[in-house]
Amino acid sequence: MADTEYDKEHAHPGVGQYVEIGVILAVMTLLEVILFESFDRGLLKSVGIPALIILTILKFMLVVLWFMHLRFDHKLFRRVFFVGVGLAFLVFGIVAVNFYVGPRIGF
Amino acid sequence: MAAGDMSAPLPGTDYEHATSLGIANDKLGIWSFIGSECLFFGALISTYLLYVGRTGDSALTPATIFDIPFTSASTFILLMSSLGMVLALAAIQAGEMRKFRTWIMATALMGATFLAGQFYEFTVFVAEGFTLATSPFSSSFFVLTGFHGFHVALGILMLLSMWAASMMGRLPQQLHTTVENIGLYWHFVDIVWIIIFTVVYLIPAATAAPVAG
Amino acid sequence: MSVIASEPRTRRSAFGRPTAETGKWSWLTTVDHKKIGIMYFVTAFFFFLVGGVEALLIRVQLARPEQAFLTADQYNQIFTMHGLTMIFFAVMPLGAAFFNYLLPLQIGARDVAFPRLNAFSYWVFLAAGIFLYSGVLLGGLPDGGWFNYAPLNYIGPNPTDTIGAGTPVAAHVGRMVLYSIGLQIAGIASLASSVNFIVTILNMRAPGMTLMRLPIFTWMTFITSFLMLFAMPVIGVALWQLMFDVRYSTNFFNPATGGDPILWQHMFWLFGHPEVYILILPAFGIVSEVLPVFSRKPLFGYSAMVFSGIAIAFLGWGVWAHHMFAAGIGPVANAAFGLSTMFIAVPTGVKIFNWLGTMWGGKIRMTTPLLFAAGLVGMFTIGGLSGVTHSIVPHNYQQTDTYYVVAHFHYVLFGGSIFGIFAGTYFYFPKVTGRMLNEKLGKLHFALMFIGFNVTFFPMHILGLWGMPRRIYTYADGMGWNFWNMVETIGAFIIAAAIAVFMANVAITRRRGEVAGNDPWDARTLEWLTTSPPPPHNFDEVPLVTARDELWHRKYVGGADRSPVRVPAGASPDHPDHEGSPGASAVPDTAEPAHGPGHDGHSAIHMPSPSYYPLIAAAGMPIAGWGVLAGGPVQLALLALGGLVIFGGLFGWVLEPSAEEAH
Repeated sequence: MADTEYDKEHAHPGVGQYVEIGVILAVMTLLEVILFESFDRGLLKSVGIPALIILTILKFMLVVLWFMHLRFDHKLFRRVFFVGVGLAFLVFGIVAVNFYVGPRIGF
Repeated sequence: MAAGDMSAPLPGTDYEHATSLGIANDKLGIWSFIGSECLFFGALISTYLLYVGRTGDSALTPATIFDIPFTSASTFILLMSSLGMVLALAAIQAGEMRKFRTWIMATALMGATFLAGQFYEFTVFVAEGFTLATSPFSSSFFVLTGFHGFHVALGILMLLSMWAASMMGRLPQQLHTTVENIGLYWHFVDIVWIIIFTVVYLIPAATAAPVAG
Repeated sequence: MSVIASEPRTRRSAFGRPTAETGKWSWLTTVDHKKIGIMYFVTAFFFFLVGGVEALLIRVQLARPEQAFLTADQYNQIFTMHGLTMIFFAVMPLGAAFFNYLLPLQIGARDVAFPRLNAFSYWVFLAAGIFLYSGVLLGGLPDGGWFNYAPLNYIGPNPTDTIGAGTPVAAHVGRMVLYSIGLQIAGIASLASSVNFIVTILNMRAPGMTLMRLPIFTWMTFITSFLMLFAMPVIGVALWQLMFDVRYSTNFFNPATGGDPILWQHMFWLFGHPEVYILILPAFGIVSEVLPVFSRKPLFGYSAMVFSGIAIAFLGWGVWAHHMFAAGIGPVANAAFGLSTMFIAVPTGVKIFNWLGTMWGGKIRMTTPLLFAAGLVGMFTIGGLSGVTHSIVPHNYQQTDTYYVVAHFHYVLFGGSIFGIFAGTYFYFPKVTGRMLNEKLGKLHFALMFIGFNVTFFPMHILGLWGMPRRIYTYADGMGWNFWNMVETIGAFIIAAAIAVFMANVAITRRRGEVAGNDPWDARTLEWLTTSPPPPHNFDEVPLVTARDELWHRKYVGGADRSPVRVPAGASPDHPDHEGSPGASAVPDTAEPAHGPGHDGHSAIHMPSPSYYPLIAAAGMPIAGWGVLAGGPVQLALLALGGLVIFGGLFGWVLEPSAEEAH
């Protein structure tokens, strides 16, 4: 059982796939810049900003899951990493809520 | 933490050298460190988001100070350095040492270009009167991007060391896990910048920009 | 016996590795977790004494009203350093001393996963202590309290010293730089050891040591390590921001220039609350080892203990703002954090009842370790109960910043952590030194400490509810506080006497104490399987683990009435694997060769070689820190030198010939 885990760990994506991901990342970055420039030409912020955030999350996940091959690796690495990311979002989210929302609703 | 799935290796194996989970110690160590770094950059980015609107008496706001086309270019270069890193890893795993050295050098150079860009950006900002002390916004911006730059610099140092070790023949193919671990660090620094690019540069610059028309 | 080859010499570079096995070089270059554990203990105990002297100075100053024994400035420095020393340089590293010494022994490993990183942690911790206390020579020690709230960290001890709006004077800047960089360096040590321990526990367990067979102390170490892993970077960022604020005029926390002092409080307590569990969980782990041994019963509710520990760690991330109820964070936040604080009492209560359940109906032996462990259960419960009173927000408004809070955290930190650490010290002293501590002196130590502790800290509840504020350097006559303050001061000296008894005990028994043998307490876990003190490689044979409380299972089988019956070593029917391989189990110091299953007996035990570089890399950190303190060209020179030493050390570290070539 330990052996199969070890083999699985070393099943990395190939060079072709790496290049594909790289091209996708480049295109997404280009898209981000185009979105940003479109704000001046009337793109609504309520559309553009969520789109920017979604693009960022997609880029983040592409690098994490393929370049850092978390998708193919031992699940323990996935846990350690996403516990860190999740905890950061949770606690700093609470801090942000405390700073922004609290004063606005009259506390 | 599920306990059941982490059974120890069977007795009778060479347990002096095997690890309990069948994964390498240093890789587990580097992932734990990366988990910790999430909180580090989480704290820095949160501070920035809290202070991005606090420009004080200064007229230097995200909309006026940032040079988005320039930052986009350096972002693109850092992103591509991640591609260079995985190609270097693939090369050393395949035993193609020349190719490995080419890609590791390319990665380091792209990182250095990014860093030079950041240095140039900082110089321009300071010349425009946007310094550490200008406002909470400027303080949080410089400390966040400065610490990111410091991480990039450490990464470049490690990449160049690997290149030199490989030139001296001291980075044999078996040590590809070392390359992988340093690569993990490099990609992590890259994903932090992916977030910084949107959250620190694009969105604040857009939201504070004068409405078109 | 297996061959111990510590030096497969593969010289690949000009750098050799140190080889001393005795003498001072063996300590300076060691990577052996046991030696590092001892160094941690001795250093941390030294800091504990320093912090204790500071506490005595505080108590002398407060013994009577309007005393002038200390000036306000001296008092501010001393109470701040008392807090910083006890938390970062005494209790945390004392916990680390036990982690280091016991962890590999308890999981049946030869050493930790990264031995040199382990040495690095120790040297960095020492460097941080030296750096922080260098303030004695460099214009004063930090003086803003251990939490160093803004704007205290700008104004300094005397507001009239402040130049202009929020621009602190040079002396105060220096103190704040000492605070920020000193704790930063200490944080690096904690971070490095947390990574090390996490990997060690996950990856270095002996065969058969599944996670649910880990000794509870190891479990608590594991949980503590995760808390350190995620909490240290948060305080790290806050400390960097503070350093940039005081030294390079940034605007993070200073309200005069648009910063937000509440952000410091959030960041500090985001770290600070997990930190209190970092301080107490190791003590919980030690007590969970001590109580079953002296009750002759297995730990009651093992899995409940494990999961309550995890629950404490998890909930510990959601309660930080209960330190800030009076800071004006709003009623919704106050209510939410009040509730989560009440929740966290539940897993803590689970632990208390499990310890009681462990002792209930047991065959209790009244030894010193048991007394200290039982002392923790009682004293921590009092501290826990006063903790629950803080979660009630209106009540909290009354007691915040009073001596009631001081009483609370001393009941959990002294009555909890320190009692637990002394329980561990008496329990493990025979394992570490091979000799027993004297029981009579030990009981005297416990009696004095228990009495002194309660005499010192219990009246603080009363004084606090009567309104005596914290962090005041003196108080007026006629407030009604005179009597209890004098009582507390007397109590503090009783504690000092107790510590003197302990030191005398160690001094006497270290050479002349009763020889302990492998298993003097009839204990349950793997560390008692090997010799006292253990050999450098810990176990001649890596033990094969088949049960929780492995050693107990090797020593005893259930009789007809299910009472434990002692079995000859290696002959337990629980261990079919061990039949026909005498000497492979309970008595490792037999003369017969010990061969475990699947082991040919020819392979040498590879122990990591000593190294100079952890010490060198650590030495660079305070040098760079003093650079931040200095100005002008000296600053650049020191920063450059410190950086060079750190990176030189790290390069040497990477390049030195490895004894761990095998992989």
